[in-house]
Amino acid sequence: MFQTLQKALGAALQKLTSRGRLTESNIREGLEEVRRALLEADVNYHVVQGFIERVAQKAIGQQVIRSINPSHQIVKIVYDELVQLMGPVDHRIPFAKDRPTVIMLCGLQGSGKTTTAAKLALMLKQQYQRKPLLVAADLQRPAAVEQLVQLGQQIGVPVYREDNGKPLTVCQNAVAYARKHGYDTVILDTAGRLHIAEMPMEELREIDRAVKPDQVYLVCDALTGQDAAGSAKAFHEVLELNGVILTKLDGDARGGAALSIKEVTQVPIKWVGLGEKIEPLEPFYPERMARRILGQGDLILLVQMVARAQEELDQQRLRELQEKAARGDFTLEDFRAQLTQLERLGIRKIVGALPGMEEMLQELGEDPEQALRRIRGMIDSMTPQERRHPEIIDLSRRRRIAQGSGTEPHEVKKFLDQFEFMRGLMRQVSQMSLWERIKLLMGLTNLAASNPQALQKPKVGTGHRKSAKERAKERKKKRRRRG
Amino acid sequence: MVFAAFWNKIKQGLSKTRQVFGRLASLFRLRGKVDKEFLAQLEETLYLADVGPAATKQIVERVRQAFLDREITEDVLGFVKKELVSLLNHSDRSLHFNPHGPTVILVAGVNGSGKTTSIAKLAYWLQQQGKKVLLAAADTFRAAAVEQLTVWSQRLGCDIVKGEHGSDPGAVAHNACEAAVARGKDVVIVDTAGRLQTQEHLMRQLEKIRRVLARQIAGAPHEVLLVLDATNGQNAIQQAEVFTKAIQCTGIILAKLDGTAKGGAIIPIRQKVGLPVKFVGLGEKLEDLAVFDPQAYVDALFAD
Repeated sequence: MFQTLQKALGAALQKLTSRGRLTESNIREGLEEVRRALLEADVNYHVVQGFIERVAQKAIGQQVIRSINPSHQIVKIVYDELVQLMGPVDHRIPFAKDRPTVIMLCGLQGSGKTTTAAKLALMLKQQYQRKPLLVAADLQRPAAVEQLVQLGQQIGVPVYREDNGKPLTVCQNAVAYARKHGYDTVILDTAGRLHIAEMPMEELREIDRAVKPDQVYLVCDALTGQDAAGSAKAFHEVLELNGVILTKLDGDARGGAALSIKEVTQVPIKWVGLGEKIEPLEPFYPERMARRILGQGDLILLVQMVARAQEELDQQRLRELQEKAARGDFTLEDFRAQLTQLERLGIRKIVGALPGMEEMLQELGEDPEQALRRIRGMIDSMTPQERRHPEIIDLSRRRRIAQGSGTEPHEVKKFLDQFEFMRGLMRQVSQMSLWERIKLLMGLTNLAASNPQALQKPKVGTGHRKSAKERAKERKKKRRRRG
Repeated sequence: MVFAAFWNKIKQGLSKTRQVFGRLASLFRLRGKVDKEFLAQLEETLYLADVGPAATKQIVERVRQAFLDREITEDVLGFVKKELVSLLNHSDRSLHFNPHGPTVILVAGVNGSGKTTSIAKLAYWLQQQGKKVLLAAADTFRAAAVEQLTVWSQRLGCDIVKGEHGSDPGAVAHNACEAAVARGKDVVIVDTAGRLQTQEHLMRQLEKIRRVLARQIAGAPHEVLLVLDATNGQNAIQQAEVFTKAIQCTGIILAKLDGTAKGGAIIPIRQKVGLPVKFVGLGEKLEDLAVFDPQAYVDALFAD
């Protein structure tokens, strides 16, 4: 699959000259191939639409890197975006100190809950040094209790069972039992159910309300297609999930469900299950999943290659710009290139990186992102001649530029004044100190190029699950804010 | 009766899907021309049903060529439906029975697809037709799988042949055939352990079970049914391909169609592997199995 994608992208982008720029029209065909690959991998249709849009936004305007194939460059952007969407993952489990921690598993029929419960117990026992208790709360499927008991025996973890009773009382009694007998982690294996079945979902809600599990994990089958997004969302709405466990990843399913679920619920995939043999769950790695969704192959090598080439290009261009700055012939064209290039680092870092920039943005009196967008609009509305020689911009040109960029003529003037001021400043800054700035900046660029997650902070769970009441209150608040 | 229930259940699921997404193709309410937007909506409907890129592209292309720039009328809907129904229509959708002795039905599928429940429902369906059924619990691998089928056999009031946990599933198949002949049963349904089609040794084991059955009773297995989970995406195609190659499947039981998933992968499977759907599973109760009806299925795909 990956090779097909690569080939298709290659053909679509062949027309690009090595000096070109990625534009909306020349990447369209390539993106169509990416789209197809994602759909082939079972990523939800709506999620794919949004994803492609974002990738297009990122790709358009990027300079084609001379030394590599432009199709590789797009794959790199796609890969980065996938990794960013599915990560970062926090594999810690917040345990309660003074009482047993309760973990509830839920999911559709046949997703692999019972096997996963045993694997989770084994993982907690071996890797987290916990003393787990498995609870057979699936009283629906024939012999599900028996299955869990047998798995518990295999891994030496006791199983709490009641032969007559309701799932709710079984769970409640199990927690009391754990407290009394010194088990510090309770794993509830609930019956598989359809997310649209009202009674079974109500039963889950009741268990959630009465037992107040510390963590609720959705068990999802990696073979799932388009339905993954909808069913995960429905479970999340009823239960407020803390994480997702993806099962049957030992097969050859591409696992697009992972992306769909994360995108729709924002709940991270935490672990994966490989095979029916009872072994500990394995941590979920967004990078591996991104590779899997795009297809196997030597993608990671390619990604590194693109990152390196990009880095070289950045370095070379920054050096050129630095020389220009020193000579004082830094034009608006250069300025725009600089903005595009540095955008990856986030607006606030650009502000720190260019002398005079902060003043310029303050002058415009807006939040920096918006200001930058307006500046870019103004530059885009200029002729090449104007960009190279801003001094030729007179009142009528100013009016045209303002109209083209949706700004006011006096704003254009203010910006040009600021730019002139900045240019002067750059001239004044000694070559050495500018080089220092660039070096500092390059450090950040490298970081971002080789590891898209480096600038992202992992989301860390607090261990506190909100009650239904608190959630309702929050929803109300949100609605009020929106309305 | 069954037809109506089938239709209603799928429709129920569909309306829930709409609740989740807030929108779904109001495809054929559109007025106007068969234009880009119309085709995009058709594409969306097919993709969301897991029909997948290749088949979707093909169907959309055919509609485009037939109707581009023409007014949208019921014709287009009729055209699309007719195409799909004729694709899914297979002269060979009924079960094959052995005229001289017990009919052997081998059932296989990936883990958690719904084999055991489907077998119980199929046994019930056969019983309703006056057949004497014997179950063979040849899933000797998964913990308590034998117990699970045993519970069903008790509810059904039918015989079951089982082996020890961890014993050779081929031996169970062998014993079941002998028992069926000896006790004068009409149908033997063989349950097998769930396996992913990538696990080669397990696929070889399945081939062996098939060979054992063939040795025991002439023409066996008379049916080889693959249980597919309707929530599965494009991997279902690989499942159909690899399982069919290994044990020459004769049909599909599409399980879990009572949810919001449509199991649209049966369309590319029909195109690529040729395998017909014979039954659909619509719930956890014994009577929740229906003979597959292409027209009802296609209607449900586009219901609004």
